[in-house]
Amino acid sequence: MIRFLLLFSRQGKLRLQKWFTAISEREKKKIIRDMTTMVLARQPRTCNFLHWKDLKIIYKRYASLYFCLAIENQENELIALEVIHRYVELLDKYFGNVCELDIIFNFEKAYFILDEFLIGGEIQETSKQIVNRAIEASDMLQEGDSSEWFEVELFG
Amino acid sequence: MPAVSKGDGMRGLAVFISDIRNCKSKEAEVKRINKELANIRSKFKGDKALDGYSKKKYVCKLLFIFLLGHDIDFGHMEAVNLLSSNKYTEKQIGYLFISVLVNSNSDLIRLINNGIKNDLTSRNPTFMNLALHCIANVGSREMAEAFASQIPSILVAGDTMDSVKQSAALCLLRLNRTSPDLVPMGEWTARVVHLLNDQHLGVVTAAASLITTLAQKSPEDFKTSISLAVARLSRIVTSASIDLQDYTYYFVAAPWLSVKLLRLLQCYTPPEDAALRSRLTECLETILNKAQEPPKSKKVQHSNAKNAVLFEAIALIIHHDSEPTLLVRACNQLGQFLQHRETNLRYLALESMCTLASSEFSHEAVKTHIDTVINALKTERDVSVRQRAVDLLYAMCDRSNAKQIVAEMLSYLENADYSIREEIVLKVAILAEKYAVDYTWYVDTILNLIRMAGDHVSEEVWYRVIQIVINRDEVQGYAAKTVFEALQAPACHENLVKVGGYILGEFGNLIAGDSRSSPLVQFDLLHSKFHLCSVPTRALLLSAYIKFINLFPEVKTTIQEVLRSDSQLRNADVELQQRAIEYLRLSCIASTDILATVLEEMPPFPERESSILAKLKRKKGPGILPDIDDTRWNGNGNVEHSESGSAHPFTDLLNLNSAPSAGASLLVDVLSDSFSPASQDVFVCKNNGVIFENQLLQIGLKSEYRQNLGRIYVFFGNKTSTQFLSFSSSVSVEALTLRSPQLNIHAKAVDPTVEGGAQLQQILNIECVSDFTDAPVLDIQFRSVSECVLCSPRVLVQLCLHVLFLSSWRYVTLLSLSPQQEVQTIFKAKHPMDTDVTNAKILGFGVALLDGVDPNPANFVGSGVIHTKSTQVGCLLRLEPNAQAEMYRLTLRTSRESVSQRLCDLLSDQF
Repeated sequence: MIRFLLLFSRQGKLRLQKWFTAISEREKKKIIRDMTTMVLARQPRTCNFLHWKDLKIIYKRYASLYFCLAIENQENELIALEVIHRYVELLDKYFGNVCELDIIFNFEKAYFILDEFLIGGEIQETSKQIVNRAIEASDMLQEGDSSEWFEVELFG
Repeated sequence: MPAVSKGDGMRGLAVFISDIRNCKSKEAEVKRINKELANIRSKFKGDKALDGYSKKKYVCKLLFIFLLGHDIDFGHMEAVNLLSSNKYTEKQIGYLFISVLVNSNSDLIRLINNGIKNDLTSRNPTFMNLALHCIANVGSREMAEAFASQIPSILVAGDTMDSVKQSAALCLLRLNRTSPDLVPMGEWTARVVHLLNDQHLGVVTAAASLITTLAQKSPEDFKTSISLAVARLSRIVTSASIDLQDYTYYFVAAPWLSVKLLRLLQCYTPPEDAALRSRLTECLETILNKAQEPPKSKKVQHSNAKNAVLFEAIALIIHHDSEPTLLVRACNQLGQFLQHRETNLRYLALESMCTLASSEFSHEAVKTHIDTVINALKTERDVSVRQRAVDLLYAMCDRSNAKQIVAEMLSYLENADYSIREEIVLKVAILAEKYAVDYTWYVDTILNLIRMAGDHVSEEVWYRVIQIVINRDEVQGYAAKTVFEALQAPACHENLVKVGGYILGEFGNLIAGDSRSSPLVQFDLLHSKFHLCSVPTRALLLSAYIKFINLFPEVKTTIQEVLRSDSQLRNADVELQQRAIEYLRLSCIASTDILATVLEEMPPFPERESSILAKLKRKKGPGILPDIDDTRWNGNGNVEHSESGSAHPFTDLLNLNSAPSAGASLLVDVLSDSFSPASQDVFVCKNNGVIFENQLLQIGLKSEYRQNLGRIYVFFGNKTSTQFLSFSSSVSVEALTLRSPQLNIHAKAVDPTVEGGAQLQQILNIECVSDFTDAPVLDIQFRSVSECVLCSPRVLVQLCLHVLFLSSWRYVTLLSLSPQQEVQTIFKAKHPMDTDVTNAKILGFGVALLDGVDPNPANFVGSGVIHTKSTQVGCLLRLEPNAQAEMYRLTLRTSRESVSQRLCDLLSDQF
């Protein structure tokens, strides 16, 4: 299972945090600090995996953003790396050439997309098309303002 | 501000975020935030009712502020209100706020649950999904209480939309993890398993996660999932990449689902049904074959997804640990990855090989890669890869390569990262001790460790070397000589001074014959370090000095002079001052006899589990470190199993000894499984060691013998963190009751509770009446409570007492024995034919080696006496190695034929 996902910039600024287990705010802050220092200190072209306490940390940099995933010990590192990539693809598809600013200004969207993709630390849907369709559908819902639309959209 | 703002943008939010980003300092940011908080508070408190849009915007701003790391103490109510909005976008923000800022404020929880309940029953899939996501995100006990009974029916209802099923499956998974007691199994479980057959691969993926977690907890209930999972997996691996449409990821068919299914299968032993088993083997072979095919894409995503499946397949192969061909193929595949240009693959190959090294089928195959791994240690640029290489070397180490591996680790240590030095030191210390054939090598290794990485050598390590030197008289002279030489270095680490002080104080006399290390030279050498050392070391040196006074009367005056000096007698440190005064007085007033008694050589330390190993375990946590002490059970993959869930160790133990009331012969058969080969070695050639170990319990023995009397200390170590209750341990000699007893055993009663992490000692007094062949059995019963699992495992351990008594051949006499009582056997060498090792083994067996008796110098001849109450049995043995044929001929002559036969049987397994 995935324990948490963090997105932070090269300067160590946190852009997104998703916790899949109950953790106190104090503990969260400590983990965030540990992760940013640990990952940012890594040399380029080293491997994408680290051991941290009893977890495996999988991280990857996309442009200015680091995506950092903590998984349990028996989980598969490579597939976790592709979880990150799939999430990036989903963001990219939604925002069109996603950049850090998109995630800053539309942070709630980044969370919504993540919720369609991962639930409870497990992958819910691996098909890019299906996730995208779900997100587009909810955007359509946002634009409508009456309550009859969904009858048509979803049951039609 | 970027142009992108899809859906309905909240302009006010974007402006606020922009403002925050433009803040030049932390103070400015805090100021802007406080202004905004005040604004929102007044809006919420204002008389005018806010419309949905404004409420949503302000709640979203609060969320942003919270995510920046500031505290939020209001707005929860407004967020909850949003849940009941019938506008999707407002509802969505409300749920997001609650998911992020969960607060178990009971009033609110009731309101939140109410909102969720409405959405769950709305039959609108989008709303249902939002509600399910929220339950999964929060996962609190209150939510589990409210919804755990409802979700299974949503999951298995025929008319539920696929996306809702997926959410429901994972939601249930989360609740099962946080409050398993609230998610009872029911008739839905069988239907959940059938979701593995679902048309929709997304549903199958989510269901596979759920089933895996449930199956880990109650494997029996989900056994039917094995065949479904194999069938599904088989369809995926044989499908053309386009068949699965969007579930194909960079030309790899459903990699996530494949990994999940392979994980699910790791909850079980290999399928018993032959057809199913061969179908699974085919799948695994196909996956291994695909690894050899040229890549379908140059993208790293393609190779990652493909290799993710491959590594999971290898994990399953290792878990099953039953198909030698697959294991060796897996090992070869990993061997290829060891040299791959992708750092990630090299890292993972090293990591997987660590687990492969503990399988008896592949241990040898892993060992063939030793040079590559050593090379990785030297050339990898990434410290985390090097660390995996260290782990693997540690895991693949055995008697045959210990010297090489320890040497390589030592040379790596000199340049290793500071962060991992201590761990390497511990590993080297453990391997050196575990595989030490001659203890001179052990002493050299530890002294090297101290020389190279003194600061990282923890107390445990140098305590241990002293314990070992004290307990093994054959190494004491060598140790004294070696530390003496090491101390000659102009700058040596304080830990070396400690070891040196202790060892010379005890055994300096063994090298004092040489004028280059005469008593005075030894003393001067130690004392030259004195002033550079810390207080504890100086205190230790003072004790070494008083020991010198006893060992070497000729340096008494010199040492008394030193003790008498002001820097000692008036030392500001109380401890040092006291020692100096007391030692000085003692040396002045005590007679030689009294001195000799007071300052007698240290008695042997009680044998116990190496404290170094305990330290390494603490450091790394049990899951990460491949535990070299685990008995290599085969067949069921027990070792692997027990790591995956708390319930397994118990069932394993029970299975292992499922027939405690059966006849004695069966008992012995069942138990011999639980013996590691190493533990038998221990008792033929040593008096102490660990005889049984699993995840719960460790049993160690230490024994002493005098003539026909023996005393055995049995140590029971509770390895768990919880108590053992109703603990009892008794010894029975069932097979022996037909005749008059050959052994009288008296076991002292033990305390019925063993605290977590504690050790319990039981003393067995044994009298050997006459020679015997069948070993007594130690019967241990206890209950252990751990995470709601209650059961009473029963461990039965065969005590190798017959072996132990042989060690009482301490008194050597030569007897002339007639050839009629001779027993001879020829057997194949089971270990490398090393003269020193063989010598050590024969000595350890308890007999005296007779040099120059046999005309052939390659042969070993030994003699000894076995003491029993009724008689004494003299023994002669001859071992003739034939190096070319790798065979031995062993001849035993004793005054009793049954004894000859028994000894012959025992010894023929040792060489």
